[in-house]
Amino acid sequence: MTLNVNEGEIFGFLGPNGAGKTTTIRMLTCLISETSGTARIGGLDIGNRSDRKKIRSMVGLLPENVGLYESVSAYKNLDYYGRFYKLTEAKRRERIEYLLRMLGLWDKRDVTAGTFSKGMKQKLAIARALVHDPQVLFLDEPTANLDPEASKAVRDFIIELKKEKRTIFLNTHMLDEADRICDRVGILKTKLVAVGTPEELRESLFARTTVVQLEAVNDAILSAVRKLGIEEIEVIEGNKLFVNVKNPDRENPDIIHAIDRAGGRIQSVYLNTPTLEEVYLKLMKH
Amino acid sequence: MDLQNVMSVASKDFESYKRKRSVIAYTFGLPLVLSVAFSLVVQNDIAPAVQSGANPDSLNLGLESLIYFFVIFAAVLPTSIAAYSIVGEKVERSLEPMLATPLSDNEILLGKTIASLVPPVLTTWLGASIFMATSDFLLHGIISYYYFPNWNAGIMLFVLAPLAALFGVEVAVIASSRISDVRGANQLGGLVWIPFMAIFIYAVEGNFQFNVGNLLLFSGILALLELLLFFIASTTFRREQILTKWK
Repeated sequence: MTLNVNEGEIFGFLGPNGAGKTTTIRMLTCLISETSGTARIGGLDIGNRSDRKKIRSMVGLLPENVGLYESVSAYKNLDYYGRFYKLTEAKRRERIEYLLRMLGLWDKRDVTAGTFSKGMKQKLAIARALVHDPQVLFLDEPTANLDPEASKAVRDFIIELKKEKRTIFLNTHMLDEADRICDRVGILKTKLVAVGTPEELRESLFARTTVVQLEAVNDAILSAVRKLGIEEIEVIEGNKLFVNVKNPDRENPDIIHAIDRAGGRIQSVYLNTPTLEEVYLKLMKH
Repeated sequence: MDLQNVMSVASKDFESYKRKRSVIAYTFGLPLVLSVAFSLVVQNDIAPAVQSGANPDSLNLGLESLIYFFVIFAAVLPTSIAAYSIVGEKVERSLEPMLATPLSDNEILLGKTIASLVPPVLTTWLGASIFMATSDFLLHGIISYYYFPNWNAGIMLFVLAPLAALFGVEVAVIASSRISDVRGANQLGGLVWIPFMAIFIYAVEGNFQFNVGNLLLFSGILALLELLLFFIASTTFRREQILTKWK
């Protein structure tokens, strides 16, 4: 696997269970050793013993299992970690207040973490990963098992973190989530099978298709479109024309004009964009 | 190794114990119950026997055997705390985020060892002090001198008891890699006392005397054994092992 994650981007790491996503995160956060190969985080080598401690100081990790101290308060959970990173008491207080306020947990700071909902626990664990203000953040399935509202809150927070110019490495099964928030994604199937922006992956695997919905499709309309040099046309549900295009911005006006001149009554026109899930499933089948 | 890091881990564990009533009850309660029970033994059995002219050796064996029981309990008590400290975190899955911090494996291990060791040793000393004071109070009128403190009790409480407690912690750390629930780890307490109990039985049978030389020899052997156990424990308590091999 050869991979480069740029500073300040959200990189989504996708793959089936057992593909090695969590193992990759554990190697990159220096929790386990690499068996071969090299990786550098902020210029530091994960294989270099003296760099490992520095890497752990500069990264934040949200593991798959949040692993909070359930019998102590939200504030204490973060305070312990602030101490592990050797933050002064004043700095700890400042960071904890900032993070808990940002995540809407400040009012619950003295409440025992064990009583929190799943979403609140996840937020608290994210706060814990950020208590030492790391520039690089590793999030392992941050929205797994959360209800839609909690998932959205966590997603919005991740986007906020990007605005703070943090680099975020995100392991996720949620393809829709990756599509929405990741600048680039990598798809792992024991080895890395694709890397790029969601848009680049779509374009590399699927032809662009313009869908024209008409009152009715007839031979005159089909012939008018074919005259534009477009051969790949499909009629679906009797009134939808699926037209493969190379450059939608240039070709779509001509298609619409040709259909109109052939007497077609257009109800709607849209570009059929495959989802990241379709991209992922296609890659997994190969 | 950074002592500030070690103390951060230890203080975190201390604060966690404060919320575990069972740990507090066990750690404080047992030595106190022991001190009361043993004081009753002195009042009801030893004092009357001495008064009726029993052999002074039996007085020595009786009182020092009772003090030695505090050593046995010093070995047993920390296993429960160490079990909670390590297996408890394993169950709560809170070890992984802790291992992702800059703390070294040995700093975490030492911090947890201190946190497991200090409370039982302190409560053992407290229980033993109460017992010694009560014994002196009950016996002074009969033997005309204060039996405690003496060198044997000093060595047992200040050398042997901390070593015994460390033994209990190290066994618990090693076993933590194979045990996945706190109850299972607690059952270790039932095994840790066996070597100490063997010495006691040896003493009662007259094959071992609680004297300075023997106690220092026993302490030395225990310290050597603990070096070996520490090596095994620190090999067991490695990030990679915990995340990939621990059950």
